[in-house]
Amino acid sequence: MSRMIAVAASGVCRRYGRRWALTDVTFEVPEGALVMVTGRNGSGKSTLLRILATAIRADRGTVRILDLDVREDRDSVRRKVALLGHRTHLYEPLTALENLAARARFLGADPRRGPLLSRLEEVGLADRGDDPVQAFSAGMRQRLALASVLQQQARVVLLDEPYGHLDPPGFLLVDGLLQRLRREGTTVLMATHLVNRGRNLCDRGLVLEAGRLAYAGTAAQMPQPLGADGAGFAEGA
Amino acid sequence: MKDLLAALRKDLLLQWRGRAQVIAIFAFGAAALLLFSFAIGPDSAALREHAAGFLWLGLLLASTLALAESFEREMEEQALEGLLLLPASPRGLYYGKALANWAHLALLGVALVPVMVVLYDAGTLRLFSLVGVILLGTAGLSAPGTLYAAMTSQTRARQTLLPLLLFPLVVPVLLAAVKATSLLILGDPMGQLRPWTTLLAAFGVIHWSIGGLLFGRVVED
Repeated sequence: MSRMIAVAASGVCRRYGRRWALTDVTFEVPEGALVMVTGRNGSGKSTLLRILATAIRADRGTVRILDLDVREDRDSVRRKVALLGHRTHLYEPLTALENLAARARFLGADPRRGPLLSRLEEVGLADRGDDPVQAFSAGMRQRLALASVLQQQARVVLLDEPYGHLDPPGFLLVDGLLQRLRREGTTVLMATHLVNRGRNLCDRGLVLEAGRLAYAGTAAQMPQPLGADGAGFAEGA
Repeated sequence: MKDLLAALRKDLLLQWRGRAQVIAIFAFGAAALLLFSFAIGPDSAALREHAAGFLWLGLLLASTLALAESFEREMEEQALEGLLLLPASPRGLYYGKALANWAHLALLGVALVPVMVVLYDAGTLRLFSLVGVILLGTAGLSAPGTLYAAMTSQTRARQTLLPLLLFPLVVPVLLAAVKATSLLILGDPMGQLRPWTTLLAAFGVIHWSIGGLLFGRVVED
């Protein structure tokens, strides 16, 4: 039995000024798949994820998420998609718990301390819940941003460099979260430069080169987009 | 309504956390009133005559700082985008922030009144009416100010652009608020207060309506 298509992009183009960041990107992702998106800096990974998350619009082409058009059914798509971007979407002066509580109120979820502390515990921040985000290190902010993504309980999760700023235990935390999302049937697209790690964790891979899709297939057979240098990247614990 | 209340609660909390900035903005407004009084000189009649104008000019200048500051927090880590992607209703986010800005500006206006009284010897016994005029005037500053602060928050020259866009638009608010405040300080033998406050209320209704409609277009890609 074939699985439902969770993400379908067709001829997606996006430009910033005169420069095309994405050109004619077409691919499909079945529901429940764990997909690595990789490519050199500036190859269009973040732009692609931001289009899928409806943070920005494609200039050309169509994107459907769980059979909903991102242009026409934007709010419905947003209820099903969560994005971890380069920026954390957090309020610096608020504490970790206040940030999660503020988002919970918009989501119609429980904003009380107990459930939010459990959420913080998942990312190893339970003892820092009352500290303002501005006192957090970059890695702790990343962990809190991951907690806020999990809070959405989305069917499609888009992670842009989820290992960014994290220490080795943080790497294992992300690995665990990805495995948990896979078990729950969540579709995950993860942009990362950690190709070897992604190959081990993901089912499928997309490689972008200068805004064009250079590879779409299984993660195991994915080419090394970073060349010889990429293989030398430290991939944490 | 859920999004409006959530946004209002979040914005009031952010203002409370940034209360040092609130105090700094009050100090800026008070310093402006002090400098304006130097421009008039020691003529107490002239000071009293111009008090209302300078109160509202000080409040207008300070309001650009407060309005811009309210979007600084949203832009630091693209928190506003994060809320839009939840998805939170842009209209709810706008009204929550505009109400929080209104509360801030009204508080600032009320706090500047004693400064005006001391510097310009311009008091009034009609305190409730004065607070009413401040509420109406600051509502007229907060609604378009929140919209324009959102519009300029993503630009490099936001400190310059916000007053450039906002000041011409709020000239009717400034005129009506100054006139109404003057009538309260200097007396209102012809009963002119009501038309000016009606003008303030009408401006507020129009801009609070327009702001809610346009905010989504301003903050979305």
